[in-house]
Amino acid sequence: MAADAAPVALELHHVTVRFPAPGTEARETVAVDDVSLALPEGQVLAVLGPSGCGKSTLLRVIAGLEEPASGRVCFGGRDLRQLPTHRRGFALMFQDGQLFPHQTVARNVGYPLRLRRRPRAEIEARTIELLELVGLPSYGDRMPGTLSGGERQRVALARALAVDPRLLLLDEPLSALDRGLRERLAGELHGILAAAGTTALLVTHDQEEAFAVADRMAVMRAGRVVQEGEVAAVWQRPADAWTARFLGYASVVTGAAAAALRRAAGPDAAGQSLALRRSALRVDAAGPLGARVLTARVTPEQIRLTLDVDGVGALDAVAEPHEDVPVGSRVRVALDLSRTAPLPSP
Amino acid sequence: MSRPSTRSRLRALAAAAALLLVGGLAAGCGASAAGGGRTLVVATHDSWAMSKKVMADFTRRTGITVRIQPQGDAGELTNKLVLTKGDPVADMVYGIDNTFASRAVDAGVLASYTPRDEPASARRFDLPRGGGAGRLTPVDYGDVCVNVDNSWFQQHHLTPPKTLQDLTEPAYKGLFVTEGATSSSPGMAFLLATIDRFGNGWQDYWRKLMANGTKIDAGWSDAWNVDYTAGGGHGDRPIVLSYASSPPDTVDPKTGRPTTSALLDTCFRQVEYAGVLQGAGNPEAARKFIDFMLGKEFQAQLPGQMYVYPVNTAVKLPADWARWAKVAPHPATMPPHEITAHRTQWLSQWRDVTSG
Amino acid sequence: MTTVRARVGYLLLAALPVAVLGLFFVYPVVGMVARGFWAGGSFDPGPVLATFDRSVVHSALWFTLWSAAAGTAGSVLLGVPVAWALHRLRFPGRDTVRALVMVPFVLPTVVVGVAFRQLLAASGPLGFLHLDGSATAIIAALVFFNVAVVVRTVGAFWAGLDPRQAQAAAALGATPWQVFRTVTLPALVPGIVSAASVVFLFCATAFGVVLVMGGLRYANVETEIYLLTTQELDLAGAAALSVLQVAVITVLLLLSARAHRDAPAAVRSVERMRRPRVGDAAAFAWTALVLAFLMAPVADLVVASLRVGGRWGLGNYRALGSTGERNALLVPAWVGLLNSLEIALGATAIALVLGTLVAYLVSRRPRRVGARRVVGVLDGAFMLPLGVSAVTLGFGFLITLDHPPIDLRTSPALIPIAQAMVALPLVVRTVAPVLRSVDPRQRQAASSLGAGPLRVLLAVDLPHAWRALLAATGFTFAVSLGEFGATSFLARDDNPTLPVVIYRLIGHPGNENFGMAMAASVLLAAATITVMLLVERLRVGSMGAF
Repeated sequence: MAADAAPVALELHHVTVRFPAPGTEARETVAVDDVSLALPEGQVLAVLGPSGCGKSTLLRVIAGLEEPASGRVCFGGRDLRQLPTHRRGFALMFQDGQLFPHQTVARNVGYPLRLRRRPRAEIEARTIELLELVGLPSYGDRMPGTLSGGERQRVALARALAVDPRLLLLDEPLSALDRGLRERLAGELHGILAAAGTTALLVTHDQEEAFAVADRMAVMRAGRVVQEGEVAAVWQRPADAWTARFLGYASVVTGAAAAALRRAAGPDAAGQSLALRRSALRVDAAGPLGARVLTARVTPEQIRLTLDVDGVGALDAVAEPHEDVPVGSRVRVALDLSRTAPLPSP
Repeated sequence: MSRPSTRSRLRALAAAAALLLVGGLAAGCGASAAGGGRTLVVATHDSWAMSKKVMADFTRRTGITVRIQPQGDAGELTNKLVLTKGDPVADMVYGIDNTFASRAVDAGVLASYTPRDEPASARRFDLPRGGGAGRLTPVDYGDVCVNVDNSWFQQHHLTPPKTLQDLTEPAYKGLFVTEGATSSSPGMAFLLATIDRFGNGWQDYWRKLMANGTKIDAGWSDAWNVDYTAGGGHGDRPIVLSYASSPPDTVDPKTGRPTTSALLDTCFRQVEYAGVLQGAGNPEAARKFIDFMLGKEFQAQLPGQMYVYPVNTAVKLPADWARWAKVAPHPATMPPHEITAHRTQWLSQWRDVTSG
Repeated sequence: MTTVRARVGYLLLAALPVAVLGLFFVYPVVGMVARGFWAGGSFDPGPVLATFDRSVVHSALWFTLWSAAAGTAGSVLLGVPVAWALHRLRFPGRDTVRALVMVPFVLPTVVVGVAFRQLLAASGPLGFLHLDGSATAIIAALVFFNVAVVVRTVGAFWAGLDPRQAQAAAALGATPWQVFRTVTLPALVPGIVSAASVVFLFCATAFGVVLVMGGLRYANVETEIYLLTTQELDLAGAAALSVLQVAVITVLLLLSARAHRDAPAAVRSVERMRRPRVGDAAAFAWTALVLAFLMAPVADLVVASLRVGGRWGLGNYRALGSTGERNALLVPAWVGLLNSLEIALGATAIALVLGTLVAYLVSRRPRRVGARRVVGVLDGAFMLPLGVSAVTLGFGFLITLDHPPIDLRTSPALIPIAQAMVALPLVVRTVAPVLRSVDPRQRQAASSLGAGPLRVLLAVDLPHAWRALLAATGFTFAVSLGEFGATSFLARDDNPTLPVVIYRLIGHPGNENFGMAMAASVLLAAATITVMLLVERLRVGSMGAF
């Protein structure tokens, strides 16, 4: 695999973080529980998990803003324990950008360069270059207060990239934006990071964001990493039912129902349980399964259905827009195995 | 939006009104208590002190309850009375001294009253006709004198100074701490003592004092408690401006004798007066209390309570006073009207000399 | 329709604090100043104007300005790192340190003056510095008193700053110092300006400290007013200086209002405070140094309170049940403590109600220029009590509040009211910046959900302002416990506050009285620490609610 070729940049070894429970100093809660991860150079790792799973705390530990109770954080083979945030050579970009409100866009972008006392001409040139990279040329003189959310995030990204950080840390960089903008910016972000060859760690609760931006993915739940690997691998083989649902699989089928589905799909179906995307079940006159339509909703792309599949139960499915699938009618259904994922038995 | 907002605003207003009302009521109660018929309000200075037994005796004898209201030092007290002329905060005043008497008398804040049985020994302190006679009654007096810490001088094998002139001697350089004439009433008295002693040469004398390392503190407590070697803070200056009555406070429990003494050639005599205020709500009670203040019971308590000598010489002094707190035989004095006439001028000259 | 109603509501809310300020501050002060202008019975500004020609006045004005500026700079320098350590970090004993820092603020100036002088006098432990009676000593004392103002005001503000901006900067490679200089400091400006303007006013009107510490070599405008009024009865001169004070303060307030306007609103977060790290050692060392500076005179007091006749003992404390040597007091000393606590409760209640109202009003940002100007004037007006001589106010009470039905001159209610007027600016200055930082959209969201103004206040503003309100409560209580200037004009000695008791004790001869004064001062400090610790406890309890 490609990941094996590149040297490992960031390594986490059994990192644990504890916090005092709110209100009492005595009791502690475990925010991050024995997490180990490795991120090869030049790759983008998405840490995906629901809110409160400890992913942001993990990011703060890597940034040096939080001290782990135990475990080690290494970069390029060097233990970072004694290294304060500002000497780690990373860059951190928050959900809302955290631009400095009292500085212009150009001064914000040039901030890390000024910290490093680069010549003024270089700072100006690099600022222009970066603003172009993020698609905001001629924004230099604006104040952050006058920017839209998306523009602010781009400026924050430009600022974070200004000094070619060894590692870019992104804390939910796109989730404050509206959907259309998010999708577009996610694609751009991927392109920008790839073009710059940046090693990055992205923390998000949005699997689409993770898919669009990252090469590798780690799924966190209640302080633990439940699965880690390349994006496609994680996607194709969720570790368990919870992970499958969190990754966006519409339903998980187990036991006899799963067996019935597998039989319908053909001999090469494996695994005891099965996670299904919505589009895994498709109305198809030649399909092997029988079902009754429970609900139907028309969208521009397809018709979204809930079906009572014979011998299986209620499942999500789709139909082509031209098909006639009134509620209560009987239909035939086909299972597309490439849109399912086998799960180990629960 | 509109209805609940109006209602809540009204609620807030009601709460505010209630607050003011409570404040007003509390204020009202306080005010009405002040004007009661059997209560006498005495405006005085911060140094007031009197034993509870004596005050209780007065109440038992007359049925009048006395409420003491200290109003700052003698100067502040006088000025407050002048400013509230005609509508005084009290019925009578005690504690205006000879340095401020003219100001109060000239401003007309005092009603006339002469106690019937003023002791003969008090008459020598009476103010001149037109200068307060018949309005201010002498109650006590004290001598502001330079004090020396004899035990310090003994330890350092030095002879203590005796006169004002001595204080400018190089031998006593940096040993004297005094109080500011602008900020303290003994300080003012000391300034008057030097003016009385040196006449027009007083500014030269002060220049020499300053050149000899004299330290000027804001007030008596500061000089006594911080800088004086025999005071509470064990300072480093063995010569201090205090009172003729101070030495008994430094009695050494081992020897039974004071370790300090007052220089009786350096003293200025302060006399304190009492008077009924013009426009007093209860002048009758005020007159009775002034009579009482001249009586033996009250007079006898003056040394012990307020460190001053009674005007009534028939009263026996405490034993330690009789031995160690002798009054100055020839203290400096000055007519009150002269003090009032020159006060501002002298003070500003004094400030120029001492701040140079 | 709604805007008219809103305007009426605004005016009604403003009416109460304005009325109180008018009656208990403007009226007495104007009355006193007017006496100076009408000294001869008819209007004659001549003597007032002549005062400005006197060289004494020039040097007093000059000393006032530069000593206050130096005192303010010193307080900010000392206080800001401490504010950070005590309001951004979590470590054992933090609450106690917070309470200790407040102690100097409440100690009566007479006592601190004596304690400072005992330290600095040639015979004292710091005598080798030769600072006794110097301007440096005065400024050190001003700083000693006012560090607490900076720590608490800036600390409350700092605790509400979003730390992520600083973290972003650190991650971009900024050293802690660079983070502070380029990110945190610009964001802190409103808080620092708020604190600095209050401290400047405290320093510029310092009275007891300058009188006691400066001997008579140094005089500021405040001590000049005192001398002119209480000793020379030169009302024209006092009026001139009072007018000068108001003018200087007005200029100062205009300048500080400008700094407010330019500052961006802070974004708030509920980031939990973090544990200290190795990198915080410098801030801790600084805090320890400042604490040592603040505690040295206090330790001096404690030691003096435990010395009885050359030996160690608790005699001075037992004596607090008495009226002192030779009846220096009219009532036992402990009665003063009870009075002080009672009065402080009243003053705190009044100041909080009025102060919160004013803070709420001045934190609005109306669109119309005229309305904005009104808000600005309101903001400034309530700062004035800090900057006007307590002597002028005290004498003003005497000569103006004497007409029935409001003959309040001897009313006990006047003490908490007067103290509340002094504490009011602190409440406003602590709470208003926090209220200003509330995103107005949150209020709009709440009212769109059907919440009336009061509900909006409770649901949106209060949770934000909660810490600041607690800080203000502690402050007000402390101010009231320690207030001496205005109180000394109002408190009757048969019903004294603890500082008045201490003042009397220290002014009466006798070593027992001196010892009692020290013991009473320690008691006052202990009461303050207790109150501040209670406030800190409350804060911890309330954290869980949000």
